[in-house]
This record gives sequence, C-alpha cells and structure tokens, in this order.
Amino acid sequence: MTQTLLNLLAIAVPLAVGFASLFAFTTWLERKILARIQNRIGPNRISLPFTRFRRLFGLIQPAADGLKMLAKEDIVPRDADKLLHLLAPILSLVPPMMVLCLLPLELPYATAGMRALQAAALDNAVLLFFAITSLNTLAVFMAGWASRNKYSLLGGMRAVAQMVSYEIPLVLSAAVVIMAAGGMNAQAIVEAQRAQWFIFTPWGLAAFLIFFIASLAETNRSPFDLPEAESEIIAGYFTEYSGFKFALFFLGEYLAIFAVSGLAVTLFLGGGAGPWVAAYPALSCVWFLAKIFALIFVMIWLRGTLPRLRVDQLMGFAWKFLLPLSLLNLFVAAAALKLAKPWLSWPVGALVLYGAAVALSRSHRADAAPRTYSYAE
Amino acid sequence: MSAAAATAAASYSLVRQPAMETGLLEVSMGPHHPSTHGVFRMDVRLDGETVVALKPVFGYLHRNHEKLAEGMSYLASMPFTDRLDYFNSMTNNWAYALAAEQLLPIEVPERAQYLRVIMAELTRLVNHTSLVGFFLNDLGALGTPLLYAFRERERILDLFEQASGARMMCNYFRFGGLRCDVPEGWLARARAVVDAFPRFLDEFEKLLCENEIVLARTQRVGVLSGAQAVNAGITGPMLRASGVNYDLRKVDRYGIYERFAFRVPLGSAGDCYDRFMIRLLEMRESLKILDAALRDIPTGPVMGNAPRVFKPAASETYGRVESPKGELGFYLIADGTTKPYRYRVRPPSFINLTVLEDLCVGHTIADAVVILGSVDIVLGEVDR
Repeated sequence: MTQTLLNLLAIAVPLAVGFASLFAFTTWLERKILARIQNRIGPNRISLPFTRFRRLFGLIQPAADGLKMLAKEDIVPRDADKLLHLLAPILSLVPPMMVLCLLPLELPYATAGMRALQAAALDNAVLLFFAITSLNTLAVFMAGWASRNKYSLLGGMRAVAQMVSYEIPLVLSAAVVIMAAGGMNAQAIVEAQRAQWFIFTPWGLAAFLIFFIASLAETNRSPFDLPEAESEIIAGYFTEYSGFKFALFFLGEYLAIFAVSGLAVTLFLGGGAGPWVAAYPALSCVWFLAKIFALIFVMIWLRGTLPRLRVDQLMGFAWKFLLPLSLLNLFVAAAALKLAKPWLSWPVGALVLYGAAVALSRSHRADAAPRTYSYAE
Repeated sequence: MSAAAATAAASYSLVRQPAMETGLLEVSMGPHHPSTHGVFRMDVRLDGETVVALKPVFGYLHRNHEKLAEGMSYLASMPFTDRLDYFNSMTNNWAYALAAEQLLPIEVPERAQYLRVIMAELTRLVNHTSLVGFFLNDLGALGTPLLYAFRERERILDLFEQASGARMMCNYFRFGGLRCDVPEGWLARARAVVDAFPRFLDEFEKLLCENEIVLARTQRVGVLSGAQAVNAGITGPMLRASGVNYDLRKVDRYGIYERFAFRVPLGSAGDCYDRFMIRLLEMRESLKILDAALRDIPTGPVMGNAPRVFKPAASETYGRVESPKGELGFYLIADGTTKPYRYRVRPPSFINLTVLEDLCVGHTIADAVVILGSVDIVLGEVDR
C-alpha cells in the first residue's frame, strides 16, 4: 500500500511540478520566438538576485511575472456571479492537469515494476482524454457568463461554438489511430508504432494535420484565437480576470497545449520513440518532451505569422472542410488497413485525400483572389 | 380561483416559460479598446455577432484647436497643426502654409519647394506603412507586420529628426519656405532610405497581399461605392479605392507637383482589400516622386522674403493639400490683424469617418474593427 502510494507520488509530483515549470519555460520561449519573428529582442532584463547572473537571456522573466501576478489585486466585477467567477479559472486548470496523467511519459527513474510509467495507464485513455478535455469548454463559458461583461460573453459564446465544433474532427482523426492500433490504451498505441509511426502513412499524415489544426482551435491558438481576439473583444472570456486568477487561466491554457500536443505525439509521432532509446531508456521521456516542444514551436510560429479568421469562416472550416475530410480519412484508413499493401495505400490514399482536400477547398473557399489595379495618369 | 388570481398566476408562472427570445446586444466599444485607434468609441448594436447599428462617438480628444488658433498670431499655430494628424505633421504644416501663402503671397524658393515635396512624400510613406501595419494588426496578425512596418517608419523618422529636430512634431514649414535647410549629407541619407524602400514593399506584398486569410477577411467587406463616397465627401485613398480618380496633387497641382511623373492607382470594388492595396500602390508612386525630387533638387535658400510680421489684409482663403489620409484643408478669414478671424480645419479623417455605419452594418463585429482600420483615422485630427 505504502509502496503504491509512493509510486503514485513519484509520478504525480513530477507531473504537477514539472509541467508547471515547463509552462514558465514555454511562456519565455514563446515570447522569445515571437520577438525573433517580429524583429525584436524579447525579455532580457530580469537578473537572478544576489548572483553574477545579470541577464540570463531573460529566463527569470516568468518568475517575475508570476510574482507580479500574485501581488496583483484580485478584482471581481460588482455584478459578477462571484462563485462561478472564482470556479472558472480552477475548472480551466484541472482538466488539462488530469489528462497529463494519461500521457505515456516514461519517466527516467522508472523501475522495472513501474515500466511504462504513467499515472494512470488506462485501457481507454484516449476516450478519457477527450471526455476530460471537453470540460474546458464549460470553464470558458463559465468565465464568460459569470464576468457580466459583454466582451466576456461574446468570447464565451465564440469559445463554446468553436470548441464544440472542432472537437469532432479532433476525435475523428484520433479514431483513425485507434482503428490502426486496435485499442485506446496510450501505451499500446505507442507500441503499435514501433515499426512505423502513424504519421508516415497517408491516412496518418492526414489525420495528424487535421488533429493539429483542430487542436489549435481547441486550445484557442492563433489563427483560431477568436475567443480571446484582442483586436475585437479585448481579451474575450477572461477580460474581467486579474491577478492570480488570470494566471490560472494562462496556466490552464498552456497545460492544455502540453496535453493536446502530448496526445498528438502519442497518437502520431511514436510517443517516446527515438534514437538511442533502446540503449538509454531514460531518453524516452526526453524525446517525448522534445516532440511536444517541436509542435509547440510550430504553434508559436503560426501565431507570429497568421492573421485571424472570422467566426463564420472558422465554423465553415470545421464543418465544411475538416469534418468531411476526416470522415473520408476514416474510410481511407479502413481500406488501407484491410488491404495492408503499403505500396498501394500510399499513392491511392494520398491521391484520394489530396483530391478531396482540393475539391473541398475549391467548393467552399471564399471567392477571393488577388486583384490587378488600374492607374490614372 | 378568482379571475384576478388566475391572471396573476399566469403572469408570474415560473413553470410555463414563454418562447425563448433573443435580443440585441449593445456594446460600447471604446474609448478604451485595443483597436479603436485612440480614444474613439463605437456604440454598436449586435444581433449575435452581426452589427445592426453603429454610432461613432468622438470628442474625447477635443482640445479647442480652432479657437486656440484664432487667439494667436498666424505663425504661432504652426506647431499646433503638427498635433492634428500626429503621423503626418509635415503635410499638416504644408496645408497651413499653403493657405497662409494665399492670404499674403510670398515667393517660395525652388529648393524649399523640392524639400516640401520630399517631406510630404516621405510622410506619405510613414503614414501608409503604419496604416497597413495597424490594419493587419486589426486583422489579428499580432503585431508582426506592424513591427516590420515600424522598422521602415523609424528610418524615415530619423530623417525627419535630422532635418527638423523632431521625429513626429516636426514644425518644419514656414510661410514662404522652411524653417531651416536640411543638414549636410541629408539628401544622400534620404536617397539611401528611398532606394532601400522597394525591397521592403516587395517583401510585404509577397507575404501579405495573397495571403488566404487576408483575402478572405478583407474582400467584399465594407464596400463603399464611388457615388456614395462622393456624396459623403470622402477623400484620399479611401475615395480612390472606390474607383474615383481624385488626387489633389493632380487636380490642384499645388507646389511643384506638375513637374513629377506619377500615376494614381484606382480600386474597383471599394472594399477593405482595395483600400489596403491602394495604399501599398501609392507608396510605389511616392517613391517615384521622391526619386525624381532627390535627383533634381537645386541648391539655394529655403526661405522666401516673408514679412517680419505676418499681417494679411482682410480676405479669406482655403488652402488644401493631399494629405496621406485625404484632403486636408485650412479655411482662413483674415481681418487685417495679425490673428486669423476664423480658422477652420477640414480634417480628412473626420469626414472619412462619417460613412462608418453604412460600411459596417450587416458585417460582423470582427469586420467592423477591420473596416475602421481601413478608414485610417487619427483621433488628433478627428477631434481637434
């Protein structure tokens, strides 16, 4: 019993502490990368007190930000629903924290008995993942509703519509992998990719792209950041949050990014697989995190590059493009798995999926094209 | 149960809810809002996300500009014109100087004429680069285009600083010329900036003008027909984006604009995309003017023999220039003293803003922000 508890702690503590520190690191990383994209330097001022480390590339900035958030006044609007206003940031934090336990992270100090270490190695981990993450929608809407602010309400409405819509392609593209792996156990899915990562199959690649796009929308990342669109509705659902509650939303958002990237890595990128893992099993965890950060880098890159979609375009993209494509992908994957002829499935599968994507975008894309202009002398 | 009790029960029924109804949401956007470009407020009425009605509210930055100018000598209000459209102090100066020079004719020396054109066209570059940057910011591009636009703007502001001592509030023009000549080597530095500019424009156009999201967000959004634009008195790039060929540099040929070969780009649809593109294309034409002006500029004095005390006879005049935002005019009535009897500014931002509701109704709130961005307002000029 004690041993089980200790084992659980050995997993839960690193997950809770590790990802929270990774969150701090990611905010720094995001600010630095965005700054480079935008021809700036980014945070570089905060020094480590009482040491020779004067600048340290601004790595101490997140700590300073955290202190600032803690010290700030907690403002609750007079007409707000105070209980919901308090609960919303907590609820936005808990689901991503819980699903982090489901990721097949093999922590370096795993003993033989704790092989394939994860906090909860469930047989239906993927299902539970989606069940828990959909709670996030509730948190966002609670925040939008409880704040008694029109911008918050608009943001909350947008978030609900968006997250519910994008959950469908997200789940459908994960279903492809479940079909291939024959189960929803995260560890089994990783095992099934021992020979070949699923991203290296036509249906797997398509599913990964759909999954990645949908996960951008699911985590409110640019170009789908409508629920918190700054230029339109200030900060969306967390307009009326300040101080540590705001920080909790921020933390929850980043943990959700970790969680959904971690799921993408599990489903499509072979989990902790990578060079030299066989020799040094401890590397598995490193590879897993490296893959997560590679995905996060792409997210940051997109954020620094793309303008934002409009609500109708966003919904149209989910329902008219991603959904039909992911449904088609289910059939392609089923056929490919049944035939089990890789030399045939690649050209045919790629052709069908690409053709469908082109046809769908042709028929639904806004009738917009670059123009030529006339001049008057 | 009595009849009265029954009615009361029916009206108080919690069980039998009436059919669900939706109402309009009134949102007061601004004056503190990230994308109202200053202290501007839009009272919008929304049906879901669609704008049903929109009322622009302004005046938060009113500072009595016109009345102040009527209480001081003519030249003393020159620095105040800087603060009208604080992005374009040079063209503001020029419009005021032009009006004053019509009251009391003073010969402007050749070199000053050239420098005026150079400053005005550099100002146009400053304004249009900033505008396209802010416009893309409103589209949600998170500052990236804006910061690159600002990098180019900085180079031109450096030139302004070297010439006039100030980056934005230049106060550089005088009645009859300029306050001082440009420092030594300035023309070569200006030449370097102008020569490097097309590379930035190429890059900008390549990255943004064919971006799928930009196209989808801006085309057929906020359409302003040519007739409507003329009726509302719209001027500047906004008017030309609607296909009306009206550029004061061509119509009035003030200064020495008749000496330069440049074209006026015209839009056809009059939507946000046209307004965005017209500004990019106008920058190319400005570069042509700058190129020729920097090549042909003569040496000589920069100040005509203006009288020590500017005291025009009783008369009235209207001087106007093509400011980057549109027709900027100064209407002056002189009463024979050293102060104007009446001083009136025709601000392009303010008048271009009048069609905002017509442009926005029927579009979503996200589009309203983009449309406002494409109108190109500066609150210093709207409120005065």
